Parts: sequence; C-alpha cells; structure tokens
Amino acid sequence: MSDPAGEPDVVAERGVTAERAVTAERAVADAHRREWAFVLAATARVAGDLDVAEECVQDAYLAALAAWARDGVPAKPAAWLTATAKRKALDVLRRDKVFRSKLPLLVEPVAVEVPDEPGEDAVPDDRLRLVFTCCHPALARDAQVALTLRLVCGVSTGDIARAFLVSEPTMAARVTRAKKKIAAARIPYRVPEAAELPERLDAVLTVIHLLFTTGHTAPTGADLVRVDLVERAVHLTRMLLALMPDEPEVRGLLALLLLTDARRATRTDGAGRLLVLAEQDRSRWDRAAIAEGNDLVLGAFRTGRVGRYALQAAIASLHAVAPSYAATDWPQIVRLYDELRKRWPSPVVALNRAVAVSMVDGPAAALAEVDALATDPRLAGYPYLPAIRADLLRRLNRTEEAATAYRTALDLVDNETERAHLTARLNEVTAADTR
Amino acid sequence: MAQYAVLVYSPAPADPMQMTPDYLALLERYGDQVAELGGQIVTGFALQPSTTATAIRGDVVTDGPFIEAKEVVAGFFILEAPDLDVALKIAKANPATTDGGVEVRPLFQPPAE
Repeated sequence: MSDPAGEPDVVAERGVTAERAVTAERAVADAHRREWAFVLAATARVAGDLDVAEECVQDAYLAALAAWARDGVPAKPAAWLTATAKRKALDVLRRDKVFRSKLPLLVEPVAVEVPDEPGEDAVPDDRLRLVFTCCHPALARDAQVALTLRLVCGVSTGDIARAFLVSEPTMAARVTRAKKKIAAARIPYRVPEAAELPERLDAVLTVIHLLFTTGHTAPTGADLVRVDLVERAVHLTRMLLALMPDEPEVRGLLALLLLTDARRATRTDGAGRLLVLAEQDRSRWDRAAIAEGNDLVLGAFRTGRVGRYALQAAIASLHAVAPSYAATDWPQIVRLYDELRKRWPSPVVALNRAVAVSMVDGPAAALAEVDALATDPRLAGYPYLPAIRADLLRRLNRTEEAATAYRTALDLVDNETERAHLTARLNEVTAADTR
Repeated sequence: MAQYAVLVYSPAPADPMQMTPDYLALLERYGDQVAELGGQIVTGFALQPSTTATAIRGDVVTDGPFIEAKEVVAGFFILEAPDLDVALKIAKANPATTDGGVEVRPLFQPPAE
C-alpha cells in the first residue's frame, strides 16, 4: 500500500485531529451561545465603537475554531475570547493612527480593570451596560428587540429577520439605523442610576418578554413554537437575574417564562393540533421547570415588591399546580388579575381576567365583561377578543353568535395551528346548529 | 459634551404673547434647572405665532406652517449636554411638555478629515 493515509499511525493521528476539530467546534458553539454578551460587552469598552467591537468578537470566535482545534480548548474559554477580541480591537485602533470611529460609543472611563472572566469577582461586568444600551427608550421597540438579539445574544441578522418575518435587508437596515442613533445622539454605554432603574428595567423585561412570546406563539407560519427564540429569552433572563439578583421583577419574568414554557410539549397534539389549557395532558408538563418557577414566584413575593411579571407568574403558577382545569383555584386567579390590573391597566389583562371570571361566576357574567371591552380601541383587531367571546357564547349554547365570533377571530389570526383550532371549534358549533 | 437642538412644540398658533403667567414663571426657572441637571443652553429663540409663517414647497408659496398640525414649532434652543440621558432629562423638564412637547435632535458635526 503506497497511500500514506493507509499507515496506521497517520490514520490514528487523523482520527485525533478530526476529534479535536469536533470538540473545538462544539466548544466554540457553546461559548457563542453562553459568552457572546460578555465578550462583546467587554470588547465594546476597549473599541469604543459597536461595529468595530462586533467585528473583532466575530474574528475572535473564528480564531478560536482553529486555535482550539490545534491547542485544545482553554480552561477559561470566555477569558481567551475576550483577550483575543480586545487585542484585535487594540490592533484596529493602533492601525488607524488617527482613528475615526464610524459609530463611536459613549464609554465612561472606569477606575477598575474589567475582568476577563464572567462572575469571577465583585467587579460588575459590562453585560448590563450592553443590555441597557440596546433597550434604551430613545430607540423604537422593534429596534430594541433587533439590537438585543444581535448584540446581546449574537444572533445573525438573517436569523433575526426570519424570526420576525421581515426581509434580511430590512432587518439589517433596522440594526444599522439603531446603531447610528446610539452614536449620533450619544446614548451612553451605562447602567441607569437608581432613580431611573425601574422604568429602564421595565423596557428590558418587555423586550425579553416580547422575544419569548414571539417564539412561544409565532405570529404566522406552521410552527407554534420557535424554540430558539424561547430558549434565547430564558437564557437572557437567567443572565439578567445573575447580574441583578435583587430585582423581584427579573425573578418574576424568569418564573413566568419557565412556567409558561413548562407546558410547551403539551400545547399541540401528535397531529400538530392546538390544545387549549383545559385539554392539555398535565402529566407531561415539565415538573422541574414548574418547581423552579414556583420557587422564583415565592422569592419575588417575599420581597414585598411585586410587579406585573411576578403577578403574571403567580397566575401561571396556580395553573401549573392545579390537578385539572376545573379544579384550578379560579377565585385566587381572579384576585391576582385584580392586583395585576391595578399595576398594569391593560385591556388584555381585563380580557384574561374575564376568562377566569367565567370559571367563578359563569360564562354569562364573563361575556358581559368581554362585551364591555369590545369597544376599547386598543383591542381593535386583537384576535383573542372574538375568540374568547366565541368560546363564552358556545358555552352558553348561543351557537349562531358563537359561529359569527369564531369567523371574526379567524379573519384576524395568521398562525396556522391557531387557525386550525378555531376552524375546528367553528365546525363544532355550526354542526350543533344544524342538528 | 454634545450639542442638541431642542425643538419646542405648542398648540397652534403658539403665540408667545398669550403665555400664561404660570407658564412664564416656569420658563423663568428653566435656565437654573438646566444647569442643575448638568447642561447648558447655548442659545435659544421663541417664534412669532404660526399664523405669521409662510411655507414654500417646490415653487408654491402658502400661508401657514410647513406642516399643518395641532401643534406647531414655538421656538428652539441649542443645548449642550454630556449625553442623551442628560439631554432627555432636561428636555422633559421644559414647561412645553405639559400641553405640547419637544423634539431632541443631535446637531450634525461634519466628520473630521
């Protein structure tokens, strides 16, 4: 055999090399998911420019692929990546002697050296600055969401565009516009001071919650759950809680996401048909997620400073521990909705409260509340209003009106799984009608 | 320090002679508030009511402001502030925000050659 590849040593060596490459690739992917925010946030401070920082971090991840395959995965991958990205940023700054930054970032000088490793000591790392900059109230909500996914989670612009059903150039333009505004209007790279914190934190939590709900109920398309967005949102909230352990609303949001996502496996049946809460197989709910969620709710309530996320989580928690839909503690849920409505006077809250009212006082009482809400202009075009109304009418055996309401809801819903559910209900009531 | 234009919008016609004594008192205090919040007004102007405005679009000359709206530009000032957070805090304290509003817009600085 003249082929050197046939020599046993070479084959073995190749095997080792291939194995190392696979290990390195996996480690890089893992570090991308877990450490992107840390590496970028630290590099942004050195680069003083978001675009330069992003480029250097991307280069660092690319360099890691080759270096880790060659030398093995370092003991502290985040430290390796941060050091590499910072070095590249300094090279860029040195190369352009009169450095004219395209998107200068307003970085305040700090007395302490930023650590190369997350959570190693008491020095606060830069991830919070990055999060609060991306979710600054001077940026439009859709820009906040796009920037958070791009800069904090490291999701590619193409993937973000697909998640939000816009073209890639549109999403790229949205991200660029937002970055330019940060630079031109001098949005500071800073964690807001205590006086502003509640309002600013609320914007961050809203963005994360929006990511989750977009993933949880994809607005259009065939898949009800876009798992990646859901997991990104949960991961992001975990990171935020680690960085702000004393904020009850962060705890509340994490609890809400975990308790809602615990039902993921049971939200559709084998054929992909949507199952409403009453129909779901509760034995298949994720018990570990529910236990963690319940603990977080208790923790948030113990602080005595409950906000809207903790209250929503408490409601989700009562659902999660109920043995069945009928045997749920509905009176307590109505009381929690009353509290929630005080802090968050949203018509959507009132609508959800009406569903709970129907389980305590019957569908007729709930229908009166829903009909009162129907005139609220903020709910115009909101598909769940006619859908809930239709269900209440169905329970009252007012089948003809129920059918009309189901049709109205169908006109407003794009998600195919939800459409199938509404169509099935519509067929049910029209069949009952002709009987 | 960065410079921002703060455009002040008030209900049309935004006549400065119609300002209430209360509003004038608030305006009187505003300069001190700006300094307390960490900014400085470089220069500022109030405008005659929008009924005195003339708009030109293409070659058509019309009586009235460029954009017909319930609120019109009542004046503007140039603000110096360290960052947008400070600028927004100062803008929020402007008395115009009670019945109208303000727009904060960074001044363009030509890139250094």
